Amino acid sequence: MGLDTILAMLLTVIAAATPLLLAAIGELVSEKAGVLNLGVEGMMLVGAVIAFATTVGTGSPALGILAAMIGGMVMALAFGVLTLTLMANQVATGLALTIFGIGLSSLIGADYIGTPVDKLASLSIPGLSDLPVIGPLIFGHDILVYLSVAITVAVAWFLKKTRAGLILRAVGESDLSAHSIGYDVIRVRYFAVLFGGLTAGLAGAYLSLSYTPMWVEGMTAGRGWIALALVAFASWRPWRVLGGAYIFGGVTILQLYLQGGGDIGIPAQVMNMLPYLATIIVLTVISAGPWRGRLDAPACLGKPFRPAS
Amino acid sequence: MIRRIDRRTFLAGSAAAGLTLAAGPFHKASAADPLKIGFVYVGPIGDFGWTHGHDLGRKAVEAKFGDMVKTTYVENVAEGPDAERVIRKLAADGNKLIFTTSFGYMEPTLKVAKTFKNTYFEHATGFKTAPNVSVYSSRFYEGRAVVGHLAGSLSKTGKIGYIASVPIPEVVRGINATAIAARKVNPEAEVKVVWINSWYDPGKEGDAAKALIDQGVDFMTQHTDSPAPLQIAEQRGILGVGQASDMKAFAPTAQVTAIVDEWGPYYIERAQAVLDGTWATANTWHGLKEGFLSLAPYSDAVSETLAAECEAIKAGIIDGSLHPFAGPIKDQKGEVKVAEGSALADGDLLGMDWYVEGVSA
Repeated sequence: MGLDTILAMLLTVIAAATPLLLAAIGELVSEKAGVLNLGVEGMMLVGAVIAFATTVGTGSPALGILAAMIGGMVMALAFGVLTLTLMANQVATGLALTIFGIGLSSLIGADYIGTPVDKLASLSIPGLSDLPVIGPLIFGHDILVYLSVAITVAVAWFLKKTRAGLILRAVGESDLSAHSIGYDVIRVRYFAVLFGGLTAGLAGAYLSLSYTPMWVEGMTAGRGWIALALVAFASWRPWRVLGGAYIFGGVTILQLYLQGGGDIGIPAQVMNMLPYLATIIVLTVISAGPWRGRLDAPACLGKPFRPAS
Repeated sequence: MIRRIDRRTFLAGSAAAGLTLAAGPFHKASAADPLKIGFVYVGPIGDFGWTHGHDLGRKAVEAKFGDMVKTTYVENVAEGPDAERVIRKLAADGNKLIFTTSFGYMEPTLKVAKTFKNTYFEHATGFKTAPNVSVYSSRFYEGRAVVGHLAGSLSKTGKIGYIASVPIPEVVRGINATAIAARKVNPEAEVKVVWINSWYDPGKEGDAAKALIDQGVDFMTQHTDSPAPLQIAEQRGILGVGQASDMKAFAPTAQVTAIVDEWGPYYIERAQAVLDGTWATANTWHGLKEGFLSLAPYSDAVSETLAAECEAIKAGIIDGSLHPFAGPIKDQKGEVKVAEGSALADGDLLGMDWYVEGVSA
């Protein structure tokens, strides 16, 4: 493999990791507040189809991205109303949200099958983007790639350094304590869930506008579930979500390049297992082994909050 | 009349339906009842590829027979045990003719057919029949022979990309047919295969296309169901071939042609047979000659001479003078598998599990 191939591979890895990162970072915030939303796949699909439809309709990808964020948030709001206000079971509601999202996105998208759209424009900074290696690797992506990293940085800072982040974590660790010292648990959780919807919508927009600029049904192909796994894999830490997304994307892409390189004596099926094997290995290493720490699942994850009245 | 169901809601409703059935087992069909026809799809009808093609076939049946038929389809049905429940439910609901349109539905179809002896089943791309189970497939490899000729002629690097789905004989056959035809034009041509182990994952199909292009491939072919690889071909400025449907909209410059599946005529013929009471088990494996597949119009990248060559290959296949698997054919190790003057029989083609020379996988 020459340098050019390795560079090209890295670019493909970045593209593959971005939707995972976007979807996972929002889910992380939601879970940190104690809400397990299994509807990521559904929210992503709705984001994808709305981004596509809006971009085709208005000709503006910026509006498309904005609409996808709103679409994801509307889905998340429905989830919030059911689980936070009406206190429905989060697991069941999340699954229902995914199934609903699959159906709704197919319905909205029915007229857009077979319609092409221009790929989201890449950043082009005169001078910088033309640099060898560094140019394409750092300065040659579209806005959503930068946004995914920026959001991760912002979330890491928010959770660790800000008072609001502390409150959010408190709500996820001990909702009753947070409530008893006067924080509005439900309101905090609504914000967290809506943020999860927003980034899932962005992840969908990335799929339908940049990754594969088209709309086809079920185009997320399970990435929402991978994002959910990533949050646990990252033991609920933003930087590890970033690393995890790139590792996962990297292993998936690496095996495609290895296959294209000719017969390497390993069956393709084994190589297709690699990302999942990697997940299991990393999970084992971080939860046992000398680096063992707490797995850090928020204590109130998935539990409905019923304030004593 | 159409009923649109997703697998999940479909199965959720099964329990309730079971009760209804138990309550009214003596319902008799009257002569005026439409013929109920069920379709089981492996992907979404909006995949713009394989399932989309079958659904066009279903629509052709509706257009032809109108109120005489009532079609139902279930999309996104996983191959394996889930499929059996879906097929069983369709049969229990009174569908008299059921098309199961993916290879992995073979055993489930046969199993359900044993219990529903008065229901006719049609399984696509399989090879096991029963008194009430027919199989049908298309000789896609005939289209691949034309595509291989185009690839061999148009690829400058001699490296042809092939995005493969799951390792079954049908897919291996397509890879081999492409390689054989390409190497007739360019003896140095190499077909580089990447398996993604899925029929449908636009993102991964696109990634596989990128991986191949980054390694020198300048002509893309695929045996997966979304337009993503062709779209990547368009972005990277190389050529390629559409799969199952005309995908020109996604790759106006890159797509030189597409292998288009044409299921409508067969579905109409089989529905007619049930209506007439003449349905019999059949093992149908048709190709270009019978119109089971066609090639989308050639793009500007195909010169008139080249187009004429392709048409000649098509004509040769149709009149039988050209067999895509005519010897001499060597395997990857260089051993002669098919001697000069002979050609592979259908049985060998159906069980094909080896690569020809020029395939790198």
